[in-house]
Amino acid sequence: MTDTTQSVMPAGPLVKGKLSRDDIIMRGSMIIIALYLVVSLVFPLYAMLSKSFSTYRVELSQFEFQVSDEAGTFDGSILTGADLNARTATFAEADLSTGADGRLPVTGFFPDFSFRSPVMYQIRNTSSTGRFLIGSNLQTGTEWVTLDSNTFRRVQLRPVKAQGLDNFVSYFSTPALFNSIKNSLWIAVLSTVVTVSLAFWFAYALNRSCMKYKGVFRLIAMAPILVPSLLPGIALVYLFGNQGMIKELLFGASIYGPIGIVIGSVFFTFPHAFIIISTALAISDARLYEAAASLRSTPWRTFWTVTVPGARYGLISAAFVVFNLVITDFGLPKVIGGQFNVLAVDIYKQVIGQQNFEMGAVVSVVLVIPAILAFAIDRMVQSKQVALLSARSVPYEPLPNKKMDRIFFAYCTLIGLFIAGLLAVCQFAALIKFWPYDLSFSLNNYQFDKMDGGGWGSYVNSIKLALMTAVAGTAVVFFGAYLVEKSKGFRTGRAIFQMFAMLPMAIPGMVLGLAYIFFFNNPANPLNAIYGTMAILVVCTVTHFYTVSHLTAVTALKQMDREFESVAASLKQPTMKLFARVTVPVCLPAVLDISIYLFVNAMTTVSAVVFLYSPKTTLASIAVLNMDDAGDIAPAAAMGMMIFYTNALARIIHLLASRGILRRTQAWRSR
Amino acid sequence: MTQKASFLTALAFTMTAASAAFAETELTVYTAVEAEDLARYAETFNQSHPDIKINWVRDSTGIITAKLLAERDNPQADVVWGLAATSLLLLKSEGMLEPYAPAGVDQLDPKFVDGDNPPSWVGMDAWVASVCYNTVEAEKQGLTPPASWKDLTDPQYAGHVIMPNPNSSGTGFLDVSSWLQMFGEKKGWKFMDALHENIARYTHSGSKPCKLAAAGEIPIGISFAFRGAKSKAAGAPLEIIVPSEGVGWDMEATAIVAGTANLEAAQTLVDFTVTKEANEMYNTGYAVVAYPGVAKPVEHFPEGLLDAMIDNDFEFAANNRAAILKEWQARYDGKSEAK
Repeated sequence: MTDTTQSVMPAGPLVKGKLSRDDIIMRGSMIIIALYLVVSLVFPLYAMLSKSFSTYRVELSQFEFQVSDEAGTFDGSILTGADLNARTATFAEADLSTGADGRLPVTGFFPDFSFRSPVMYQIRNTSSTGRFLIGSNLQTGTEWVTLDSNTFRRVQLRPVKAQGLDNFVSYFSTPALFNSIKNSLWIAVLSTVVTVSLAFWFAYALNRSCMKYKGVFRLIAMAPILVPSLLPGIALVYLFGNQGMIKELLFGASIYGPIGIVIGSVFFTFPHAFIIISTALAISDARLYEAAASLRSTPWRTFWTVTVPGARYGLISAAFVVFNLVITDFGLPKVIGGQFNVLAVDIYKQVIGQQNFEMGAVVSVVLVIPAILAFAIDRMVQSKQVALLSARSVPYEPLPNKKMDRIFFAYCTLIGLFIAGLLAVCQFAALIKFWPYDLSFSLNNYQFDKMDGGGWGSYVNSIKLALMTAVAGTAVVFFGAYLVEKSKGFRTGRAIFQMFAMLPMAIPGMVLGLAYIFFFNNPANPLNAIYGTMAILVVCTVTHFYTVSHLTAVTALKQMDREFESVAASLKQPTMKLFARVTVPVCLPAVLDISIYLFVNAMTTVSAVVFLYSPKTTLASIAVLNMDDAGDIAPAAAMGMMIFYTNALARIIHLLASRGILRRTQAWRSR
Repeated sequence: MTQKASFLTALAFTMTAASAAFAETELTVYTAVEAEDLARYAETFNQSHPDIKINWVRDSTGIITAKLLAERDNPQADVVWGLAATSLLLLKSEGMLEPYAPAGVDQLDPKFVDGDNPPSWVGMDAWVASVCYNTVEAEKQGLTPPASWKDLTDPQYAGHVIMPNPNSSGTGFLDVSSWLQMFGEKKGWKFMDALHENIARYTHSGSKPCKLAAAGEIPIGISFAFRGAKSKAAGAPLEIIVPSEGVGWDMEATAIVAGTANLEAAQTLVDFTVTKEANEMYNTGYAVVAYPGVAKPVEHFPEGLLDAMIDNDFEFAANNRAAILKEWQARYDGKSEAK
């Protein structure tokens, strides 16, 4: 139903393409999915932002005092707290803005106060919102309360809610807090440089050399994706902790701190960098290398003038992805960070440790800034990427070079040992009875029901969550991508939808989780009922990993000609039938990829769900965190490895299933 | 289809009948008691009161407190049974607790009862700070066992002591608040300055220092006695030291949430929590309980612990909590370099 208003005739009345029933269904569905994104992302983030401006302030002018003479008679002169403070300068302006739990004593207002003196005091709130404590009893009335000196010293003024920038001011005036910005950036930059360099040479070896066992190395390099980011931290404790197996290698430096975070970050971000760089190196034009060779360029020069520029977009993209992963990661610095504070852990400490939700929101806002910047730059770079392969290109085939191949093999073996070694250490630690005093093997550490963290139930919950996320998430994401890709007209709507779909990538998990508390744990919210259930975990996980799934779906859908829709329309077939009968089967590889991506991430995610799980919905990844927190490190390693095996198994099933299904549904691809 | 439907109806009937028979009232009870103890607590209660069903909501102290505070204007809990007294004081100062003097409260050690009349909360049992000392590792490092808090500031322990961060751990806060109460404000901070020099790092949870000491990772862990006794029972080479100056403590306590729709049932439950029977039940894990004369010694618990417990001023701790934590953070948390 293409637009037919273009004509050479004199302008007549504007004829608009009439919306067919299909169009209405598609637009309606698109709006529904967009609404889902608004409710699961935009509203919570707004709630969080407004929380960061919600402050608590002691309004001194809202309290009135009277002091009697020694005989206990009041002369009727009334003093407000503000007057008294102006006179005595007891509290500075900064003292008045406090947290939700702030309290200020009042005896400082009266320089000659003595708890032994017979002088009596009266105090009252001037408005019904005012609050003060006598001992620990809350007083909210506006009646005068008469107190003797000894009781008066137990009076504490309480703050009232206000709006303002006070939280940000106090954040930036607390070195313990804002130092974390520097720490986080420093760790992220260092990890990025190390990971990208290591991953580049690894990918180079796999794509540009003729060494053996490439398949095995590829498999090992992907393994870290299957475990929670805090697992390498646990392995590092066993390797380099004070009772570590090879702690001598650190020459007395402590693994708890930046060293541990960087090593662990390299481990868990390696596969992400490797995939991106490998894709960039996989395709290249052999003619460029031939030209370089005929110009007698040295291999070194060729490398810098042909190889690196060809892979530059991959490198930049990998760098920003790694940067983002490290700066937003919470599990690893929590386990191995020691006294080295980073932003993501600060959010956790503020919220779980101190119940200071406002400050948690402030740190979240601070953390979102670098994350969004890194994401935006990455998107910009990617949009500049042009096709390297033209129709006339000749794919580059590496030539055997015995010496180089051997060097690359040695290098890849080292990296492979590092990755497989850390996993092996965890499995080993999980099977040891009581490290380091009783090295006999036992399965004691698998008795999760005796530890914090929810026991085996949390493992079952995790599998449930992963399955539900995979099924529900794939359905929503793929259908959403289809609508945005294939519906006609409605440009603004589609652009807005695209924007919503890209947003989750830029939002750190901790921030999303915290935002969900503010939004869903509000009794006035009709969606309050899903708080504390499995549903909110599913919604949160789907939203958290929406972007990558969406991009996978869009890429697959772009490969399908829009003619399909036109043909269906001319055959008078509803689009939904086309979607079910043609689009989904054709894109099945992508659909399966999305579902395994969601499954694996739902099994390993910690940051977003750490604020949202309830006693009935504890998760395996959270159990790893909580068991480590309680000092049960070996059981934490055991649970972490359970996640690894589950994900590995899921991947194998995925592989077999896709082979079988693909053979049936993709037969048309081969002639 | 019909079969399924009739099965469901039958099921529904049985359920209503069952609940009508022995659970006339349901109480939502928030708790931070260990999960393994909860079933036992409910069972013992239901032996005498089969008509009240307890629905537990359990999580760690910090999270349950946060949950209660978040629900300030729309409380979901009827009763809090087994939450730190410091947390209950926070709730009290928000006006969230219903004062009630349970029958038989006069039998309890007054240390365990809220000072106001009628009390807003009633204690159950105490958890007490202690030092876990790994004898094997200490010997390797050539350390001598400390006898007091002051001893821990000796330079020989540099890098060998670990304690919980008071900003995230209730145990950490009770240590800090006890030092400030025992040594006075000025000397207390001076003591912590010196102690900080020896601290390897601060952990998030209160039990981790003792477990790390048990595993030999750090030989000396400032933690609580109950944890140490458990690790010792598991075979760790631990000695549990009660510092001579006295030790801080906090208690698990019970309170009724103001605004509950089931006040009568809530009062019945709280009446039960102060009985001798209930206190005997708490004694399985806790060496110190509110009912005098009930406590039997718990295996591996250090001696003299009860006498070493300081006269803890909970009001001081609650009213100065925010200020103490801020000061602590400024002094020790800002130092980011790992030792």
